[in-house]
Amino acid sequence: MAEALVSLIHKKRSAIIAKWFDSTVHAYAPDTAAFLKSQQDQFANPVGSSTRKGIETLLDQLMGDMNGEAIAASLDPIMRIRAVQSLSPAQATAFIFALKQVLRDMFDKQLQDPGMARQFFEFAARIDRVCLAAFEIYVGCREQVFELKANEMRNRTFRAFKRAGLVAEPAGEEPQD
Amino acid sequence: MNKKYMVSFIAVFGLFLIAWAGVSIGLQWVFGVIIPYLAVLVFATGFVRRVLGWSRSAVPFAIPTTGGQAKSFPWIRHARFDCPDSRFDLWVRMALEILTFRSLFRNTRMKLSGGKLSYQLEIFLWVGALAFHYAFLTVILRHTRFFTEPVPWCVQLLENVDSFFRLEIIYPQFQFGLPAVYLSGIVLLAAVVYLALRRIVIPSVRYISLASDFFPLLLIFGIAFTGIMMRYVTKIDINAAKQLTMGLVTFHPTVPAGIGAIFYIHLFFVSVLLAYFPYSKLMHLAGVFLSPTRNMLASTRSYRHVNPWNYPVKVHTYEEYEEEFREKMVEAGLPVDKPLEASAEAAEKE
Amino acid sequence: MADKLLKPKELIDRIGYQPPQTDWMDTPIDIRKGMYCYASNPKSVANLGFPNARPWNPTEPDWKLPENWQQIIHDGFKERLERFRSFKVFMDICVRCGACADKCHYFIGTGDPKNMPVLRAELLRSVYRNDFTRMGKLLGKANGARPLTLDVLKEWWYYLFQCSECRRCSLFCPYGIDTAEITMMGRELLNLVGLNIDWIATPVSNCYMNGNHLGIQPHAFKDMLDFFVDDIEERTGVRVKPEYMKKGADILFITPSGDVFADPGTYTAMGYLMLFHYLKEKYGLEVTWSTYASEGGNFGFFTSHETMKRLNAKMYAEAKRLGVKWILGGECGHMWRVINQYMDTMNGPADFLDVPVNPITGTRFEQARSTKMVHIVEFTADLIRNRKLDLTPARNDYLKVTYHDSCNPSRGMGFFDEPRYVIQNVCNHFYDMPASTIREQTFCCGSGAGLNAGENMELRMSGGMPRANAVKHVRDAHGVNMLACICAIDRAALPALMDYWLPGVQVAGTHELVANALNLPGQNDRATNLRGDDLEELKAQAEGETDE
Repeated sequence: MAEALVSLIHKKRSAIIAKWFDSTVHAYAPDTAAFLKSQQDQFANPVGSSTRKGIETLLDQLMGDMNGEAIAASLDPIMRIRAVQSLSPAQATAFIFALKQVLRDMFDKQLQDPGMARQFFEFAARIDRVCLAAFEIYVGCREQVFELKANEMRNRTFRAFKRAGLVAEPAGEEPQD
Repeated sequence: MNKKYMVSFIAVFGLFLIAWAGVSIGLQWVFGVIIPYLAVLVFATGFVRRVLGWSRSAVPFAIPTTGGQAKSFPWIRHARFDCPDSRFDLWVRMALEILTFRSLFRNTRMKLSGGKLSYQLEIFLWVGALAFHYAFLTVILRHTRFFTEPVPWCVQLLENVDSFFRLEIIYPQFQFGLPAVYLSGIVLLAAVVYLALRRIVIPSVRYISLASDFFPLLLIFGIAFTGIMMRYVTKIDINAAKQLTMGLVTFHPTVPAGIGAIFYIHLFFVSVLLAYFPYSKLMHLAGVFLSPTRNMLASTRSYRHVNPWNYPVKVHTYEEYEEEFREKMVEAGLPVDKPLEASAEAAEKE
Repeated sequence: MADKLLKPKELIDRIGYQPPQTDWMDTPIDIRKGMYCYASNPKSVANLGFPNARPWNPTEPDWKLPENWQQIIHDGFKERLERFRSFKVFMDICVRCGACADKCHYFIGTGDPKNMPVLRAELLRSVYRNDFTRMGKLLGKANGARPLTLDVLKEWWYYLFQCSECRRCSLFCPYGIDTAEITMMGRELLNLVGLNIDWIATPVSNCYMNGNHLGIQPHAFKDMLDFFVDDIEERTGVRVKPEYMKKGADILFITPSGDVFADPGTYTAMGYLMLFHYLKEKYGLEVTWSTYASEGGNFGFFTSHETMKRLNAKMYAEAKRLGVKWILGGECGHMWRVINQYMDTMNGPADFLDVPVNPITGTRFEQARSTKMVHIVEFTADLIRNRKLDLTPARNDYLKVTYHDSCNPSRGMGFFDEPRYVIQNVCNHFYDMPASTIREQTFCCGSGAGLNAGENMELRMSGGMPRANAVKHVRDAHGVNMLACICAIDRAALPALMDYWLPGVQVAGTHELVANALNLPGQNDRATNLRGDDLEELKAQAEGETDE
């Protein structure tokens, strides 16, 4: 495990989170990004606050035991909103890779050391795994949106049509709903 | 560099140069008399025309924004000033809106974090706006001393209150002989700087700002700055200045010699502001009184509001409806006005 | 546009893509899938006699506008400036202070800067300055003016149909500038050149011809209510008997047709039926339904003032024809804004009706003495207050309820305490969401003002996110599992929103909760709720969840 690197990250945790958050909200228009950064109220700025909370736990997981459930739980709110905003899949997930750049910038000197560099590769591999998890959630959300699109009309009207006798059902099958 | 505030900055600087150059080539009459008269004329007619223009537009519907519980049963507490039901409530709502910028205050959220009450950034907009408007008002009222002889007691009182905070350093060797410092001038300048910086620094506000948002701020900055300069630094002959201003209000314009150029620049800035006023967003001064979401009663279910242009529209009447669906209605057991046979007979006769 | 396949090169470019730092006027419009609603069906447009009925597609460059569309919009703009002081004043006095910027749920959710209320309004204002103000003509772009080009028009259409007219921004504006008002004017103008959306135009056409948005014909409407009668009998053992267009009844009842047609609004409709049955049995009160005036909602409100009036006219006309004493209105959001702020002015005075008095309690509804129309929630609140209802709130004990203030009754009517009073009297567990997200500061469901179509699901989900976020707060803090509301669009839109953001939280109209608590004379043991779910099971389930 990349202990030396982890302890480095630990020391600079809040600075890293701040930078990572910055590059995360970069996907948005500049004034929107500024709003996401500045407004602290979790109800006035749900996107910013859930993103911040999410990446905080992500970083802790990356440094810790990489618990799959915890990672999914912290990624979910971020990916869920990104999946319904006008972001491409790449834009929606790119923020995870941005952590690599943040770390590289911050520990430029330390990474000159070969031992540290090896630890960084290990850590980077973890980041890649998180990104795969994010993509999974993203696609799941997209699927759900399409399902909602497809089903809503049917859900809204099906019962009414059925009652009005407008829907023919194969005999013997359990009625839906 | 942002084009929008540069344009405004260049415009204001250009105005400064015009006034300065004009006075140096001896156009004191133009800048001291003709332009101020014209400006007041443009302001007055423009203002009146704009307000008349608004009032000529109809108010077809009562559309107040209800900001609290409406008047309901006696056992439900009515938010009188957020959802006014009587003239008095409405007056209070408008007064709070106009005098304390209440809606803007809603913007500020107070938050308890770690047991400490902290205000969010938004409160500065409210504070800044209040400071700006009240300082400006005080400055304007204070300036009536230049247009009245003798100066009314209330203006003098205002001056005394305004200069309550005196800064005088008098040593035998070093006399920093500041006259009474008017708080309003300093506050006005500070508030203008804040409001302008806000537009430059906060990205979302920068994004929505137009050149016409920077221009009046910079112009007012120019006015306050030249005013303060005149008072504390490059002093001018106050008596001569008052002679000029009294001449203007008594319609016996004179241009006494020896008033510094800076006075004319100040006066020119004020003239430009006056002339610009009615054609700009500054008209919110009058518009706020006419805003239908604020100045109307929320008693819309208990009093009928009349629309002056309410015209008849094409509707699908019940008769047409029954005509179309009569058979189906009768079949379903729904009541109809004309029974089936009767309508069939009627149809046959035709 | 997430649904287009990109070539590898494009994809690489995309990843490094940063939004342009351009001024908003120079940022070109990009019509994105999932954010807009389909163009209207030309048949519906023609039915209503609206101009320029033709098939068109927003994603194609040619919108098939009439030759002189610029002139039409200019003239329409001018006319509206004269007719609506609100419009004219709001065009002139905005100082762009930015107080509204972050108050819009669509901005918060989508992050699109043009969804800041001030910019939405500036889309029209920029054209106003160019066409109608001296300064704008003189200084042009420096004064924020720009001519109405096709791109600007497209921007209008795209963003005016991303506003749910919820008025949240107007609450925070120091001058009371109401974006809803500006959106309404903008949509009127768009309608003049045939730019509508189908989710609005077709319901309007249906409502005009058939009496309700869904185009349910009279016999089918009765059929639907008959099904509810069967369901109620199955669940309570009592057969209720609704009246239709009964002349001389005490009260005419009008509710949005969505409740007659779509779940979970249907359970609210059952609630109404049970309440009326109870009042008839106990106190002899006669309430009648009408198939002609079978729509309380008014999508005309999302089209133009004239269309709103054309649809609304049926309410008073039917009340007059039937000779009822007054009108009772069901749970609906925009319907109540129309009734509260427009109906009396448009189609009144209703001097053929009585000032509403509840014959059971003797309460005179002073607040409705001119419109003569009472909200069913205040009607029920009055009954509860006077102890005229026999209630067993324990039947709702498996629920932990929070209440969503719909935008229109909140900021267009001031209707806050009545629904809370009713809910707290029929449910034992009620928890309000945080103060900055309810009452006058309530967040929109994200689907109001005719935007609850299917194709703009991304817009709805992102716009509803601030609301869902507040519900999440009370769910996590108190285990809330039911979101109550008094709006048919909420009942249609919130279930999808909850499915996406907070699976497991259900949505119900307030009168569904009332009916579940209401004891009917001669009822069975009421082992299920109106949805047919077993109460014991639900209770065990709820307790199990709390134990976890």
